[in-house]
Amino acid sequence: MIAPYSQVLILASVIFIMGAACCVARRNLIMILVGVEIMLNAAALAFIAASLHWGHLDGQAFVIFIFAVASAEVAVGLALIVHVHRRTGTVLADDYSQLKG
Amino acid sequence: MTISGLIFYALAAIILAATLLAITRRNPMHAIVYLVVSFFGMAPLFYLLGAPLLALLEIIIYAGAIMVLFIFIVMMLKIGAGPVARGQWLRQWLPAVVLSALSGMIMVMLIWQEPAQQAVLPLAMAGPRELGIFVYQRYWLAVEIASLLLFVALVGAYYLGRKGPEPEGEP
Repeated sequence: MIAPYSQVLILASVIFIMGAACCVARRNLIMILVGVEIMLNAAALAFIAASLHWGHLDGQAFVIFIFAVASAEVAVGLALIVHVHRRTGTVLADDYSQLKG
Repeated sequence: MTISGLIFYALAAIILAATLLAITRRNPMHAIVYLVVSFFGMAPLFYLLGAPLLALLEIIIYAGAIMVLFIFIVMMLKIGAGPVARGQWLRQWLPAVVLSALSGMIMVMLIWQEPAQQAVLPLAMAGPRELGIFVYQRYWLAVEIASLLLFVALVGAYYLGRKGPEPEGEP
């Protein structure tokens, strides 16, 4: 007996919302990627709890793929940040306003 | 309340506190270190929910590889705390708080609405052997696609990160 399933889901959704708020509120590109990581982790927690609740292994199998997608996303995202920092010299999302004229 | 319930609530408190600190730090390095704490708290939670292999992968991949990658990039680009813009709170945290409150309310309502979800989770464990056999029997194609995705990400990261001549049309 661990805890009700609904409480685990609420924990996962609160973590997910924290990640979404981090994506919306922060200007630093690194912090935006950190928010995406937090959201993926919350989704993994919800998958594992669902896997335990229904007694199927499918949820845990999907978490492995979430890990793979998260690593690929971080690799490409950080390479993009390095590239854009080399070209513009900043990582603040507000400073990319060249198209405004 | 059983001992596993106590462990669950303690881990939940640690994770929530560490994540909240991580998303509010102004210095990205501090935020990443708090995020490592959050992931280290998440790993025993995965173990408690019956996924020992995923708990280990969480520490190895997330807290180990991905966070070290973040720290390397922060050190390489010399990113500091950054200047504080005037009216930043109102412009940026207010929409975030409104969005969080709205979606949080909807999620909690949806979760509490379903009486079947009040069922208490049992203690069960799926070892690495069962999980591995299951994944390779049922999802072998997805494993191949994931490996292809990682390969494409590797090539893409190399292409984006290389030091080449500047493209034309650059000021």
